[in-house]
Amino acid sequence: MVSNGTNGWNTQALGGMMTLQENNIVLKPKVATTMLEPEAPSRETAQVERPIINVENVDFYYGMSHALKSITVTIPEKKATAFIGPSGCGKTTLLRCLNRMNDLILNTRLTGSITLDGKDIYDASTDVINLRRRVGMIFQKWNPFPKSIYENVVYGLRIVGVKDRHYLDMVVERSLRRSALWDEVKDSLHKSAADLSGGQQQRLCIARALAVEPDVLLMDEPCSALDPISTAKIEELIHELKDTFTIVIVTHNMQQAARVSDHTAFFYLGELIEFGETGKLFTMPVKRQTEDYITGRFG
Amino acid sequence: MAKIENIETQLSINKKFDGVFALIGLLSTFVGMLTLAALLVDLGMDGLTRISYDFFTSFPSRFASKAGILSAWVGTTLVMLVTAFTAVPMGVGAGVYLEEYAPKNWFTALIEINIANLAGVPSIVYGLMALGLFVYQFRFGQSILSAGLTLALLILPIVIVATRESVRAVPSSMREAAYALGATKWETTRDHVLPYSMGGILTGVIIALSRAIGETAPLITIGALTFIAFLPDPPITSEFPFISFRWLMSPFSVMPIQMFNWVSRPQHEFHLNAAATGLVLMLMTLAMNGVAIYFRYRFRKRIKW
Repeated sequence: MVSNGTNGWNTQALGGMMTLQENNIVLKPKVATTMLEPEAPSRETAQVERPIINVENVDFYYGMSHALKSITVTIPEKKATAFIGPSGCGKTTLLRCLNRMNDLILNTRLTGSITLDGKDIYDASTDVINLRRRVGMIFQKWNPFPKSIYENVVYGLRIVGVKDRHYLDMVVERSLRRSALWDEVKDSLHKSAADLSGGQQQRLCIARALAVEPDVLLMDEPCSALDPISTAKIEELIHELKDTFTIVIVTHNMQQAARVSDHTAFFYLGELIEFGETGKLFTMPVKRQTEDYITGRFG
Repeated sequence: MAKIENIETQLSINKKFDGVFALIGLLSTFVGMLTLAALLVDLGMDGLTRISYDFFTSFPSRFASKAGILSAWVGTTLVMLVTAFTAVPMGVGAGVYLEEYAPKNWFTALIEINIANLAGVPSIVYGLMALGLFVYQFRFGQSILSAGLTLALLILPIVIVATRESVRAVPSSMREAAYALGATKWETTRDHVLPYSMGGILTGVIIALSRAIGETAPLITIGALTFIAFLPDPPITSEFPFISFRWLMSPFSVMPIQMFNWVSRPQHEFHLNAAATGLVLMLMTLAMNGVAIYFRYRFRKRIKW
């Protein structure tokens, strides 16, 4: 195993805050625990440039079941980060912690801290409504409202009292263009969203999330129920969107993670096994479990 | 090992069961339809001769041929107005609260069981409670207000249960979509949960109001009159502020009580009056349902899944 200093590989559990240093190069001697690490706190974590979200020592429980086990990970700004791992590994749970969607589920508990731009989103002073406007979400099963295409896109603006027709029209066009749907629906904006195909509905959901100008876009397996052509369109979209937005995508599809993401985190049984640059993680995984998973030996 | 011939036999048996069920379903539907039709024809044959303009504009009288249902249909209309305007907002509010806002614990579970039980309480018990509470305790008297509130209490559990069921049927993905855009609980409820469940809620409201319009026992208990020869104060007046609520405190009669009164008399002519009143009451119920069905249609048309 080669210690890769330039990438900041670092096996120690990150106790303190991840620092915001640009061009931070950590040259720590690698602890020889790479094969089958018995020490629980040992974790592969990459330090990233310009972090926007810092997850630190997060444990999450659904009632008695321990879904996330001391997760520490940093999401870089204006990059696409993929969460991969087998079903039930906690990747979706972590994603839903990032905009506090899990608050809606009864009997859940979170310890540790998640910060967005340095501010703890689980702090009592955090406005959840405002957080969710900054951290948009796309769901596995597309869920447009049973209203017109236009009303779907402007909903996030309507609830904050935007009434200016011209402004709303402008946002609709911009959002639909950004989600690569404009040319297909520009003549039927007032038709029901239910008339669109599945892939179009998912892109409408992306447009709806983009209309409120979030900083972060969380995508929970956005293509898992789509055909290859629709999937390709959405992947292309992710490539374009990450210049403007920070994207976190949960996917079952490792090829998809490899295609769209800059960083990848591999989860297994509620633990973050490895986190690093996507190219590195897929070609030179540090951990045995990562290698087994990406080569298809399990999962 | 099942042979392919056996499978075919099994399939044809399955198909037969399919047909049998369709037949049973059709017959069950016709039992309800035919009963209603028979009832309407029977009432119509007896009562239709009595239905005239005068029948609607006359007060009750000692003479069957002069007697009308003016005070009864005005009373029923006003009592139903009070009932609808109190039971629907309260019932929908309570249903939405219990489903969307209330924490899920033993206390709300207890409330839930109690509401289900309330729907089964005999209406006369509500009448007794209303007599003590509205008539004597709150001093509303034997008035339209007391009657309307009594019937509102009676149908409240039905509205609550129907609201909860239809609110629960709204997919949680709709709520998540709204929350993910930064909507508050109230905005999610107002813009999504309520509109998408409005069809089911209105169906519950139809059933509830249809039950209330025919209730007799609790209204007799709180002291509805069986013979009344004057109308309540009009709700619209010629003087400022043009709206009056004095009618709420008027004594009243309602159609079922008028019917009961006439049926219990020995003369056959009064029985014809009762049949005619029954016919009008059914038409009023159907008209009320028609309005609700129209609203439901409007709501459903705007929503396309």
